[in-house]
Amino acid sequence: MKFQRIFVPPQSDGMEINMIREYKTIEEVAGPLMLVKQVEGVKYDELGEIQLPNGEVRRCRVLEVNGRNVLVQLFESSAGLNLAESKVRFTGHGVELPVSEHMLGRVFNGMGEAIDEGAPIIPDKSLDINGTPINPAARFYPSEFIQTGVSTIDGLNTLVRGQKLPIFSGSGLPHANLAAQIARQAKVRGSDSKFAVVFAAIGITFEEADFFISDFKKTGAIDRTVLFINLASDAAIERISTPRMALTAAEYLAFECDMHVLVIMTDITNYAEALREVSAARKEVPGRRGYPGYLYTDLATMYERAGRKMGSEGSITMIPILSMPEDDKTHPIPDLTGYITEGQIILSREMYRKGYMPPMDVLPSLSRLKDKGIGAGKTREDHAGTMNQLFSSYARGKEAKELMVVLGEAALTPLDRLYAKFADAFEQEYVNQGFYENRTIEQTLELGWKLLSILPRSEMKRINPALVAKYWPKETD
Amino acid sequence: MGKIVKVSGPLVVATGMQDANMSDVVRVGEQRLIGEILNMTGDSASIQVYEETSGIGPGAEVVTTGTPLSVELGPGLLENIYDGIQRPLEGIMKVCGANIKRGVEVPALDREKKWDFVATAKVGDQVVGGDVIGTVQETSSTVHKIMVPIGMKGTISSITSGSFTVADVVATLTTEKGEKKDLTMMQKWPVRVGRPYKKKYPPHIPLSTGQRVIDTMFPVAKGGTAAIPGPFGSGKTVMQHALAKWSDVDLVVYIGCGERGNEMTDVLREFPELTDPRTGKSLMERTVLIANTSDMPVAAREASIYTGITIAEYYRDMGYSVAVIADSTSRWAEALREMSGRLEEMPGEEGYPAYLTSRLAQFYERAGQVVCLGSDGRMGALSAIGAVSPQGGDISEPVTQATLRIVKVFWGLDSSLAYRRHFPAINWLNSYSLYRDRLEPWFAEHVSPKWMEYTGRCLKTLQLEDSLNEIVKLVGVDALSAEDRLTLESARSIREDFLQQNAFEDEDCYTALDKQYCMMGLVFAFEDKARRAIAEGANIDKLAELPVRERIGRFKSVPYAAYKTEAEKITAEMTEQLNGLVQEAKV
Repeated sequence: MKFQRIFVPPQSDGMEINMIREYKTIEEVAGPLMLVKQVEGVKYDELGEIQLPNGEVRRCRVLEVNGRNVLVQLFESSAGLNLAESKVRFTGHGVELPVSEHMLGRVFNGMGEAIDEGAPIIPDKSLDINGTPINPAARFYPSEFIQTGVSTIDGLNTLVRGQKLPIFSGSGLPHANLAAQIARQAKVRGSDSKFAVVFAAIGITFEEADFFISDFKKTGAIDRTVLFINLASDAAIERISTPRMALTAAEYLAFECDMHVLVIMTDITNYAEALREVSAARKEVPGRRGYPGYLYTDLATMYERAGRKMGSEGSITMIPILSMPEDDKTHPIPDLTGYITEGQIILSREMYRKGYMPPMDVLPSLSRLKDKGIGAGKTREDHAGTMNQLFSSYARGKEAKELMVVLGEAALTPLDRLYAKFADAFEQEYVNQGFYENRTIEQTLELGWKLLSILPRSEMKRINPALVAKYWPKETD
Repeated sequence: MGKIVKVSGPLVVATGMQDANMSDVVRVGEQRLIGEILNMTGDSASIQVYEETSGIGPGAEVVTTGTPLSVELGPGLLENIYDGIQRPLEGIMKVCGANIKRGVEVPALDREKKWDFVATAKVGDQVVGGDVIGTVQETSSTVHKIMVPIGMKGTISSITSGSFTVADVVATLTTEKGEKKDLTMMQKWPVRVGRPYKKKYPPHIPLSTGQRVIDTMFPVAKGGTAAIPGPFGSGKTVMQHALAKWSDVDLVVYIGCGERGNEMTDVLREFPELTDPRTGKSLMERTVLIANTSDMPVAAREASIYTGITIAEYYRDMGYSVAVIADSTSRWAEALREMSGRLEEMPGEEGYPAYLTSRLAQFYERAGQVVCLGSDGRMGALSAIGAVSPQGGDISEPVTQATLRIVKVFWGLDSSLAYRRHFPAINWLNSYSLYRDRLEPWFAEHVSPKWMEYTGRCLKTLQLEDSLNEIVKLVGVDALSAEDRLTLESARSIREDFLQQNAFEDEDCYTALDKQYCMMGLVFAFEDKARRAIAEGANIDKLAELPVRERIGRFKSVPYAAYKTEAEKITAEMTEQLNGLVQEAKV
C-alpha cells in the first residue's frame, strides 16, 4: 500500500476518521464501476476522489466494502483513467452539497459545482445529498391550493403545496412548455410568501435546457431559480447525483430558509437509465425490462422528499417530468413513479395531433390530493361536484364518440349525441387553452358550467342540486 | 461479539458470530443500528440492517441481543404510530425532529405513562397462558385485557388493582414447581411466529364494511382474507382507508408498507376527527398504525407486516375482531427480493425469491376466526386485507398470482372504471368472493332472506349488460328490443345509483346493510314495474328519462334516519309515473 499524503479532513457530521489515505491500488475499471484493493477503514456510501495523472479529480462513491476490497461507482466518465497512475482518496463522508441562500440565480453542473461566471458560493453548510426520511408523524398534509392557471390542472387535477405531481409525456410532446407554464403562472392566492424554483436538467438536450433558462430569464424568474444542469453530452453516470443535488438545495431553501420551492426535474427516464447502467455493471438480478429491482425504492427516496413538515414554513412541490418509452404507461419508469407520486398528468399524442395545447389526456390524469385542496374557503363550493361531473360526462362523451365512429351518428340516442357534442366542446375550449393563457380558478369553473349546460340539467347527477340551482347558467335554462 | 467484513446496502456480513442464533436481533456498529440475522455459515452471519448503513465499514462491532425480532405488547399500542420495527414515530420526533435519524432508541410502549389496572382474577386462582387477570381502559372505546403470557401456568399469589406503568409488577404467579413469576402489563412476542390459539373455525360472519360493492357482491368474512390488486390511480389506497374507517371490527391495524408518507399523515390527521359509527368514539381510538413509508429503509419494510399482524393477533387473543390492512404487500415482496438479491440467492420468477409464495401464505394464514387461549373459551377473529400493486396493472405478475392462490376474496380494481370516475373501481366481472355461500345464512337472518337473491341479481344483470354491450357495439342500441334496453337501463342504474360510492362525501361514504338492501330493492322495483309497463306499451326512451330515476340516483345521500320514508315516497312516485306512461301509450 502506498501512502501519498496524510492530512486532516474537514469536519463532518456522521463519519469521523482521523486520517485520509490515498491508494494506488485500482484493480479494475468496468463501465461505471471500479474495484480498489488493499484499502483500510473505508465505509459504505463514502465519497471518494480519484486523481488522474494529469491532476484532474473525479468523484466516486462506495457501493460495497468487502474485507479490504471496495467497489466504487464513478460519478463521472472513466475515460482517461490509468489504473497504475491514478490515485484514490476516501474523504470520510458521503456526497455533500455546499448550500447557501446565494445559490438562487446560479447555475450548477450535475455534481453541484457552479458553472456560471458568478462569484464562488460561500456555503452556509454542507448537506448530505441523500437526505433523511421525513417522519410521517411530522408531516403536514398538503392542502393549500396552487393556482397554475391551467384549467385541466386547476379544475380537474388540482395541485396543492407539497404535492409531487409528475408529467408523463412522450418523445416529441410539449411537456417542457407545460412545465414552464406552470413555473411561470403558479401561485397560492392571497399569499405573498417567498418562493423559489429549483430546476434539475437530467440528461436533456442543450436546446431543451436553453428553452427553460430563457423562459425563466424572460419572466425574471431566473433570480429565484437554482439550476442544476446535466446535459445529454455530459457523463450519464452524473445523472444519478443530479436530482439529489437539486433536492438537497430545495430542502435547504424550503425547510431552513422557509421558502415555497417548486422543483422541476426532467427527464426521470434518463435518470433511471443511468441507474440501470450501474446495476447491469454490477451484474445484479434485473427486474422488469432490465431495471434494477430497487428502482421503486430508489425513485421513492427522491420523490418522497417533497412535502411540508412541522417546524418549517416552507414546502417542496415537485413536478418530475418523464418521457414514457413508446408512450407506454405500463413501462416500469412511469408505472413505479405513478405508485409513488400523488397523481400524474398525462400528455396525449392524439390531443397533440388535434392541435389542442396543452395536449392533456384528461381521463387518466389524476391528482390524489385534490380533495383536500378544493371546496368552499379554498376554491369554491361547486368545485368538487363540477369536477366529478365534467370527468364522467367527458368519459361518456368519448364513449359515445367511439360508438359514432363505428356505427354512425344515427345509431346514438339523442342524449348520447349531446354527450358527444359536449366532449368536443370540452376539448376545444377547456383543454385547448394554449401555453400563454392564465385562467383564474373562477374562470375555469365558469367555463366548466358553460360546457355542462350543453347537457340536460337532469344529467347533473354528481352535483348537489342546490349548487346546480345556484350556478347553472341562466340564459340556457 | 463479531466484526463486520462486508457491507452492501442493507446487507452486512460479520464474522466471529458463533454465539449468535439464527434470526437474532443484532446491534451493528457504533450507532447501534438494529439488524436481524438471515443466514449463518460457520461463524459468519449475514445480517439485514433495518436502518441506513452509510458510514458503516469493516471492523465495526456487531453485538447480538440473543433474542429474535419481537414486539412489545401491552396498553398504549392503540392510537400510536410505529415504524416497521415498532419504534414510536411520535417518540422519535420528540428525540430528533422532523426527519428520522439513525440509531434512535425509544421504547415502543411508554414506560412513564400510568394505566389504571383493574384486577379481575383473585389470589388463589389457577390460571394458564391466555387467561385474563385484569383490564385496563386503554381508550374510551377499548378495554385492554391483561392476559397471562403464553406458556405460563400456576396460581396467582398476589394481584393488585391500581395505577401502574407497563413495566410495574401487577401480579405474581406461583408455578407448579413453586417458582414465583412476576407479571407486568407488558409482554413480548417474536414477530415471525404466529401467536397460538386453541382452535380455528371457518369464518361465517360477514365483515360489514359499509362499502356497497363489497358488502353485497363480494363480501369478506370476519377472520377471512382478501386482496385488492390494482394499477396506480385505481383507488387502492382510498379503498383501504375506507375499509379501515368503516369496517365493522373492534380494532384495526393499518400497515403502510412502502407507500407514500402523506398517506400515513392523512390517516394520522383524519382518523382522530372521524367518528366510529358503532361506538360513537373517534376512529383513532381503535387504530394502530404501522408506517414504513417508501423513503424509509427497505429492510424494515420486510418486518413491518409481521410487526402489524403480531399486534393484531395480540388483540385477537383478547377476544376482539381485528382487521389488518396492509398497503401494499407488493412493496413487502420487493423488499424480500432486494434482500434475496444481495444474498445472491437463486432468483425465481421476475427476480423474486423462490420462497415468496410460502412467505405470503404464512402471512395470510395467520388470519382466521379462533377460540383464544385461556379458560373462558372467548372467540376472536383476525381478518387480513392486503393491497397488491402489480407492475403495469398486469395481474399475471408473481406477487398477485401468489396472493390469489391464498386469499378467498379478490377485489380487482380496474383503471378504465377509475378513468370514468366510477369509484370504488372494483371490476364486477372478474372479482370474486368465495365466502358468499357461507355467509348467506347470516345475511338471511340479520338483514333479509332475499339478500342473496338481490345480490345475485345485481351480478347477473351486470353480466347480461356486458354481453348486450357486445351487440350494441356491433349494431347499435336501436337494434335491441325494449326488454333488453330496459336491462341496460337497469344495469346502468345498478352501476351509477348503487355501486358508485363517494368516499369523500359524508352520507355516502358509509352505508349500513339494511339501507344497502333497500337501495337494491328500489332499483329492482323500478325494473320490475318498468317491465310490466313496457309489456303494456310504454315507450322505453321516455321511461329512461322519468324524473323518478334522478330521485333514485340521489337516494344514496339520503341520511340514514330518513331513508325509509324517502324509499316509500320514491316507490309511490315510481308507480305513479310509470302508470302515467302506460296511460299515455294507450291514448
